[in-house]
Amino acid sequence: MSFDFDRLVVDDVSRNFGRRRALTRVSLTCVGGEIVGLLGPNGAGKSTLLAILSTLLAPSSGSVRYGTIDARTAGPALRSRLGLLGHDLYLYPELTARENLEFFARLYGLPGPRDRVTQALAHAGLAERADDVVSGFSRGMRQRLALERALLHAPRLLLLDEPFTGLDDASGQALVARLRGLRRDSAIVVVATHDLDLAEGLLDKVAVLRDGRLLPVSDSTASLRDRYRETILASASPAAVSPDAAPARRPS
Amino acid sequence: MRQFLRVAWVVMRKDLTVEMRSREIVYTTVFFAASCVLVFAFALVREGRPLEDAAAGILWISIAFAGTLGLGRTFERERHTETLRALMLAPSDRPAIYVGKLLGILALLAVVEAVLLPMIGVLFHAPVMASPGWLLALLFTGTVGFASVGTLFAAMLVRARSRDVLLPVLLYPITIPVIIAGVRGTAAILQSAPDEPMARFWAALLLFFDVVFVTLSLWTFEPLMTE
Repeated sequence: MSFDFDRLVVDDVSRNFGRRRALTRVSLTCVGGEIVGLLGPNGAGKSTLLAILSTLLAPSSGSVRYGTIDARTAGPALRSRLGLLGHDLYLYPELTARENLEFFARLYGLPGPRDRVTQALAHAGLAERADDVVSGFSRGMRQRLALERALLHAPRLLLLDEPFTGLDDASGQALVARLRGLRRDSAIVVVATHDLDLAEGLLDKVAVLRDGRLLPVSDSTASLRDRYRETILASASPAAVSPDAAPARRPS
Repeated sequence: MRQFLRVAWVVMRKDLTVEMRSREIVYTTVFFAASCVLVFAFALVREGRPLEDAAAGILWISIAFAGTLGLGRTFERERHTETLRALMLAPSDRPAIYVGKLLGILALLAVVEAVLLPMIGVLFHAPVMASPGWLLALLFTGTVGFASVGTLFAAMLVRARSRDVLLPVLLYPITIPVIIAGVRGTAAILQSAPDEPMARFWAALLLFFDVVFVTLSLWTFEPLMTE
């Protein structure tokens, strides 16, 4: 069984780890064809939120809905529509690039895994290194391969945690182009990043997290970096919790 | 069901391929198990005469110790690369991942046992070829019982800080019935006149443990692995 969805709704989600609260009453809505940026300082709860969206972590309270389906009831059918590129790349260093992708293609039960993998390796610019073991790859090469791993099954929701880490300029731009392509295909992309320069102009919406809470982001025409700085500074004083994310693009 | 078996097969094949490349776990577990047998042989064989029934006990102790080492290392590998999370994201029933990991561990322990049996035969003068069918049946059922619980606990403890200590502390008390049944059944086979009815009784008991442990593990794997 598989299903489609064009809306992701995070409703009042909190998550505790023992006595520590990592997320506090976060609400967020993303729709198909939207690239949403999760911004915030280290330890703000971005990765926790991504783990919850990927169903790897269950919220302590609140709910996450994919279309009309609740994460708790969806199971494997939902996971076939999710792609996650975590901070750790989920690759086996002892296997070659091709073996890694083929393993995941078979795990996902994709038809014609060899052709898909060959195509993915070409996308990653790793066709010539396809039969080299991943432990010999640079961080950027691994990052590109891990992105292809996350995209191999054409997910409806793509979750990216620091996807620009280790990428050179050209690879960063290629990734931006790839994400724009996913937007055209009406996928939902959620990106947690510190790279505001690459994120500028890419994101349709931003959500700024600090200490596990969503902060209100101004709608001004300033650059993403300035608005982010402004939001973080404003959060030093007691601030209201934003009900949702703000538009990311400067009005033209 | 087909999808379940396909995922289990894919996971097992991946584990074996990774191990064939590094050979890290198979070398350490085999070396450790062989060292165990050697040390016990020096302690328990006097003037060429081993202690009565010692062979079965030494065999199972070595399997249990080496198995614990292998279980820990297998999951340490998944933890190091965080690939266990990627496995949990696969669109299949999560128990299929458990079965795949269990099959990989069983293959590893089969290699360990293939090395241990001739050593036990030579060092403890044990008639390992007297009733090979029953001996293999006992080894198989006992190993499945031990590894089924071990795989579940090793997966469960993969994020625990003191997992290396906790694994044996949790694993041995639960698998004691399996090890006792394995030792008694193997002792019945390795005596000078093999007692096959007794071996059959212990093998049946081990099979019962296998059914219980594997069923419980399949049932609890998903909730235990959801953070």
